Amino acid sequence: MNRIGVFLCWCGSNIAGTVDVHRVIEEVRKLPEVAHAENYMYMCSDPGQDLVKAAIRDKNLTNLVVASCSPRMHENTFRKAAASVGLNPYLVEIANVREQCSWVHQQQKDVATRKAYNIIKATIEKVKRNAALEAIRVPVTKRALVVGAGIAGITAALDLADAGFETVVVEREAEIGGKLRRISRTFPYHEPADAILAPRAEALRDHPNVTLYTSSEVTAVGGYVGNFDVEVATDPGDGGPPETRTEKVGAIVVSTGYDLYPVENLGEYGGGRLPDVIDGLAFEGLLADSFRNGEPVRRPSDGRPVRDVVFIQCSGSRDPENHKPYCSRICCLYTNKQARLLRDRNPGCRAWVSFMDVRTDCKNTEEYCQQNIEERGIVYVRGRVSRVWQEGDRLRLWTADTLTGEKIELDADLVVLATAVVPAAGYAEVSSLLRAGVDANGFFQESHIKLRPVESSTRGVYLAGAGQYPKDITDTVAQAQATASKIQSLFANEELAQDPLVCRVDPDLCSACGICVPICPYGAREVDALAGFSRVNEALCEGCGACVAACPNKACQLKNDSMVQVVGEIEVFAAEEGEEDYTCAC
Amino acid sequence: MRVKLDGDRVRNDRIRKVEEIADQSVYRCYQCGKCSAACPATPEMDMLPSQVIRYLQLGMDDKVFAANTPWICASCLQCMTVCPKGVDLARLMEAIRMLQLRKGQNQIEIRAFDRAYLERAPQIAMISAYRKFLSLS
Ligand SMILES: Cc1cc2nc3c(=O)[nH]c(=O)nc-3n(C[C@H](O)[C@H](O)[C@H](O)COP(=O)(O)OP(=O)(O)OC[C@H]3O[C@@H](n4cnc5c(N)ncnc54)[C@H](O)[C@@H]3O)c2cc1C
Ligand code: SF4
Ligand code: SF4
Ligand code: SF4
Repeated sequence: MNRIGVFLCWCGSNIAGTVDVHRVIEEVRKLPEVAHAENYMYMCSDPGQDLVKAAIRDKNLTNLVVASCSPRMHENTFRKAAASVGLNPYLVEIANVREQCSWVHQQQKDVATRKAYNIIKATIEKVKRNAALEAIRVPVTKRALVVGAGIAGITAALDLADAGFETVVVEREAEIGGKLRRISRTFPYHEPADAILAPRAEALRDHPNVTLYTSSEVTAVGGYVGNFDVEVATDPGDGGPPETRTEKVGAIVVSTGYDLYPVENLGEYGGGRLPDVIDGLAFEGLLADSFRNGEPVRRPSDGRPVRDVVFIQCSGSRDPENHKPYCSRICCLYTNKQARLLRDRNPGCRAWVSFMDVRTDCKNTEEYCQQNIEERGIVYVRGRVSRVWQEGDRLRLWTADTLTGEKIELDADLVVLATAVVPAAGYAEVSSLLRAGVDANGFFQESHIKLRPVESSTRGVYLAGAGQYPKDITDTVAQAQATASKIQSLFANEELAQDPLVCRVDPDLCSACGICVPICPYGAREVDALAGFSRVNEALCEGCGACVAACPNKACQLKNDSMVQVVGEIEVFAAEEGEEDYTCAC
Repeated sequence: MRVKLDGDRVRNDRIRKVEEIADQSVYRCYQCGKCSAACPATPEMDMLPSQVIRYLQLGMDDKVFAANTPWICASCLQCMTVCPKGVDLARLMEAIRMLQLRKGQNQIEIRAFDRAYLERAPQIAMISAYRKFLSLS
C-alpha cells in the first residue's frame, strides 16, 4: 500500500489566481492511497521544500506528486529534496499545472480547477507504479581525442596534456596548424600568425602526453561518454592502404575548423574565371610573399605590383536568397587589416572596400579599424558590388554608395572577395560518425547557445573553434580553453552517474526481429544473437521511446513510463466525458 | 548617372586644402548622420551636411562646390556639438565657402542692396553674412 503525498504550489498567483487550490486539495485528499495533501504559496522556496521534507518524514510518505510548473523547472529540486530525507528521487513526479493548465485557462477558472485535479490524479496513477531506481554508473577513460589540429585543436590538446591527460590528436593534413599557416599578420596588433602558431605547434609535437597522427582521419566511433572507441586511419603516404588503429578515449573534441566559400560560386564577380579575382586567404598569401621578399604586393595574372585593389566584403555572406544567410564575423576585420597592410606594402596604392556594415566585435578592433580608415586613407564605399569584369588589363566594377545615393564605377588591378566562412569539407561525415549535430549551415551545434556553448548534442563530444561558428583567433583560443576545462571537469570523476530513465527489454517477449536497432537515434540497441534478444546499452539510451513505439512485440518499456502507467494516466482523462477541449502552452 | 570613382581625385589638392583650412580630417567621419539629424537648416539644403563630408571622402568635391549646402549652413555649430567623432563640420563648411570666395564666387555685396531692403532684412542675416566672410565690405 502506497502512502502518496501531494503538494500543490500556488506559484504566487500564477497557479492560485486561476486554479481553486483549496478545492483541488480537498478533492485530492479523498483519493485512495493519498496519505497527505497540502498547498503552499511557493513550494520551490526553502520553506516550501521544508514542508515537503517534513511531510515525508512525519507521514512516512512513499511516493510524491508535486503539482507545480513544468518539470524542466523544478523536477530536480524536488527529487533532491526527497533524496535528502531518504526517499528515492525516482518516486517523485511533477504534475504540470502551470504551463499545461493555469496559464492556458486564465479566463476559465472552473475548467482550470477541474483540469488541475485531473492532472494530479493522472500523475498519481503514474507515480504509484514508479520503481525506486538507482543512477547508472559508468567508468571514465581519462584520455581525450582531438579531431582537427588548427589553433583550436592545438590549444585544447595542449591544455589537456598539460593537465596530465593523454591526448590523441588527429589531423588530416600532413602539417598541423590549419588556416594560421596561410595567414600573414593578424589584427589588431600585426603579430605574424607564425609567431602565434609555431611555438604552440612545436609544444604539441614534443609533448609527452600527446600522440599526434597527421595525414589521418577518424573512420569509426563506438561507445559513449567516458568510453569511446575511435578508429583512426593514417595514410602511409606511399600509396599503400591506410593503417588503422583504435584509441580508447573518454572525451572527443571536434575542432575541424572552416573553409572559404568557393569564389567560383560568385559568378557575377568573375570568381574562378578572372585570375585577378581572389579570396581572402589567397590575398594573405600575396601579403606573406611581400613580407618575405621585401617587394610590393603583386597580382597573380602578370605579377605587376597592384595600385588599385577593391575588397568586397560579405561575398556570399548575409545573402539568404543566393548564398549564406549568416554573417561570417571575421571578414570585416581581416579586410580592414589587409587593406591597411597593403597600404603599408605598396606606397601610393589605393585600397577600396565595398561594405554594408563594418562589424568589429572583437576586443580593440573598433579602434583598430577606425584608426586604419582615418590615418591610412582606406576608402570605404557603402554598397554591394553588382558585377566585376575584365576591361583591357584591368578589372571594372559597378557598385553604389548608398550614403550619397550615387551609382559608382571603379577600376581595379586586383579584387579580393571576403568570401563566406563555411564548415570544413567533410563536416557531415564527422557529424554522423560522432553523432554531433550540425545547424542548417553545417556548423556544429552547441547544446545550448548561452549555457552550454562548448558541448555538442552528444555527451562526451565537445566543440572548439571555427567549426562551430566563424571566429577569430582570440575567440577560437578562448573557446578551446573552455572546452579543455570542461573535459577536465569530466575527467575529475572516476565514474559518471547517468539518469536511469532508460529502456528495458523483456527477453521473453522480444523476438530479436531487430526493428529497434535502426530506429534508435543513439545507437543504443543491438541484437544479441546468442542470447536471442535485443539488448539496450543503458549508457547510450536517452529514454526517447522510439523503440518502444516501434516494437511489434511490446517487448520494450521505458522505466517509470511503462505501458500500464501511461494507460492509467490516459484513463483519468478518458473518464471525463463531453467536456470542453483542454489545451496546453508547451 | 554612374560616376567614376577616381583614385587620383581622392584626397586631391582642393580637398586637402579644405581639410587644412578647417583643420579637420574628412576620414574621421564614419557617416553616422547625427549632424544631419541635428542641423536646423537641412530643409533648405540640396545636400545633407553629412553628405558634404561623404562626397569629400570619395574625392567628389565638385558636387560639394556646386551644392547650396555650405551657403545655407548657418554656422550654428549644432553638428559639431553632436558629432560622436569630434568632427567640426561647421569649420569644413566655412573652409568650402572660403575657397569659393577666394575665387570670387558666390559673393554678395552688401552695399549693392538698396536701403529699403536692408532695413527690412533681419539683422541676424546680416551678421551671419559677415560671419561667413562673404561680404566684400
Ligand atoms: C583571410 C583570412 C584572414 C584572417 N586573419 C585573421 C587575423 O588577422 N586575426 C585573427 O584573429 N583571425 C584571422 N582569421 C581567422 C582565423 O583563420 C581563424 O580564427 C582560425 O584559423 C580558426 O582556427 P580553427 O582551428 O578553428 O580552424 P582551422 O584553422 O580551419 O583548423 C582546422 C584544422 O582541422 C583540420 N581538419 C578539418 N577537418 C578534419 C577532419 N575531418 N579530420 C581531421 N582533421 C580535420 C584541418 O585540416 C585544419 O588543420 C582570418 C581568416 C581568414 C579567412
Ligand atoms: S564580418 Fe563583415 S564582411 Fe564578413 S559577413 Fe559579416 S558584415 Fe560581411
Ligand atoms: S553649423 Fe551648419 S551644417 Fe552644422 S548644424 Fe549648423 S547649419 Fe547645419
Ligand atoms: S556627426 Fe560626425 S561622424 Fe556623424 S556623420 Fe556627422 S560629421 Fe560624420
